[in-house]
Amino acid sequence: MSETIKKATRESFGEALVEIAKTNPNVVVLDSDLAAATKTQIFKNAFPDRFFNCGISECNMIGVGAGLSTTGKIPFVASFAMFSAGRAFEQIRNSVAYPNLNVKIAGSHAGISVGEDGATHQCCEDLALMRSIPNMTILNPCDHYEMQAAIKAAAELKGPVYIRLGRLAINSINNNDDYKFEIGKGIELKSGNDITLIATGLPVGATLSAAKLLEKDGINARVINIHTIKPIDKEIIIKAAKETKYIFTIEEHSIIGGLGEAVCSVLCENNPTYVKRIGINDIFGQSGAAEELLKHYKLDDVGIYQTVIETL
Amino acid sequence: MDSKTINKLNKLACQIRMSIVESIYYAKSGHPGGSLSSADLLAYLYSEELNINPKNPKDPNRDRFVLSKGHAAPALYATLAKLGFFDMEDLKTLRKLGSHLQGHPNMNSTPGIDMTTGSLGQGISAACGMALGLKLDKSKSRVYCLLGDGEIEEGQVWEACMFASHYKLDNLCLFIDNNNLQIDGTVEEVAGLIDIPKKFAAFGFEVFEINGHDFFEIESVIQNAKQIKEKPSAVIMKTNKGKCVSFMQDNISWHGSAPNSDQFYAAQKELIVILSGLED
Repeated sequence: MSETIKKATRESFGEALVEIAKTNPNVVVLDSDLAAATKTQIFKNAFPDRFFNCGISECNMIGVGAGLSTTGKIPFVASFAMFSAGRAFEQIRNSVAYPNLNVKIAGSHAGISVGEDGATHQCCEDLALMRSIPNMTILNPCDHYEMQAAIKAAAELKGPVYIRLGRLAINSINNNDDYKFEIGKGIELKSGNDITLIATGLPVGATLSAAKLLEKDGINARVINIHTIKPIDKEIIIKAAKETKYIFTIEEHSIIGGLGEAVCSVLCENNPTYVKRIGINDIFGQSGAAEELLKHYKLDDVGIYQTVIETL
Repeated sequence: MDSKTINKLNKLACQIRMSIVESIYYAKSGHPGGSLSSADLLAYLYSEELNINPKNPKDPNRDRFVLSKGHAAPALYATLAKLGFFDMEDLKTLRKLGSHLQGHPNMNSTPGIDMTTGSLGQGISAACGMALGLKLDKSKSRVYCLLGDGEIEEGQVWEACMFASHYKLDNLCLFIDNNNLQIDGTVEEVAGLIDIPKKFAAFGFEVFEINGHDFFEIESVIQNAKQIKEKPSAVIMKTNKGKCVSFMQDNISWHGSAPNSDQFYAAQKELIVILSGLED
């Protein structure tokens, strides 16, 4: 067992970039004046000659990444999810995904757990935006260990990848020795045969805790971690639908267009099943401390537990 | 430049123009005006300047060309076909289902295309990335990028310009096809786009102004830009939209419409007259 680490996935991202860059000289990093926040600063300090600040110009940054990739570089371009997936959506679509270029796009400070900055910076639409683009692989790691593995896998995959990063420090849950990350493969974190809780990213930890609360009520919940939103692991979802009665999806994202709807699509076409989507209910966020916001929007363990009980 | 080269370039440019009009005629849609205005630059770059090989279009040591004004694709396709990157006959499939010649350039379908473009303002950013990547590899290759004058109304263009000058991309040379017309009118009418050279100078570029239909000026500006160190170059080319086809020239209605058969034959006739007037 590795140790439990409490760390924001953005920080794990910055550290992982340094690790892969040590062995892969083609890795370069771009940021748009948020290096201290996205933690590409860690990379900048280790490899100053391979770090390029683009200034506050996300649209240009995506295009520069596209151009760099045509010369054999593997650019990781970082900004807040709101500004990479959001503001530069069209550049990602037309300059990266359509030509299928080898650019890795990081969206940091995703979801409501940005906290005090409020709704303008709380991107709950990035997964929906990125899912709609052909050629795009989408990774949403839930802790330090998963982020490390995801960055390594993203660098090895040829083609566009969107990686979602969080601001809030969270406890690791994947510190078991048999942890294995494979793009497109969901992970069963807890077995169970009554209902299935399918979570992605930051609330995976809270979902595990919620499953423990449900156990006290005699409900045996299976917990699945979907770190790859696209291509989604159909097999693990269909299996869960066949073996358990109801499906719940949990994400720090709008219930429109993210994990919930991805799971619904899989099940509608393969094994029609009742699915309750837990997430941000088609509303904008607000300022507040991250933990308070997660509680307010019922994305903490108690909130998830309550929604499940109410739905059942 | 000797008279033989000039004659060769005049012929090539005229043939490119004939192919532009023909391919758009067969496609029944496309952008003849801005394609015709950029034909001379493309003829010169591809015939005389770019270090490229039609047999090895992905050679990492090649010079790059990014058509940021991607709607001028017919001009680039005609040029690449003339250079032997693909069959001339393919030009008649422009914009048709299954053709490798998409309405706007696709680097994965057409040999010789260095960047997928078409959404204005984006090609220049990719050109900056290429220039940076080549510099990191200590490559001597250069990156050329053609923008429309209307295109520079896109904010991303100026983001890219700041980047290019901040990172001293002296291996990057922009050309602005200043034909003065965009879909809704003249560039002044539509967006008050005044004093383009001063704008690029303010963004840290070495600025040149030339007649974009004069091969001597094109040749000399490219050589001069190569001597500029520590900053990128921008060449503002005065051009005529629809150049060399009398009824299309300087006429905004030819920005994005295809000729009917009468107009097609009339245009070809004019271009054949020009071609036959050139020495063998």
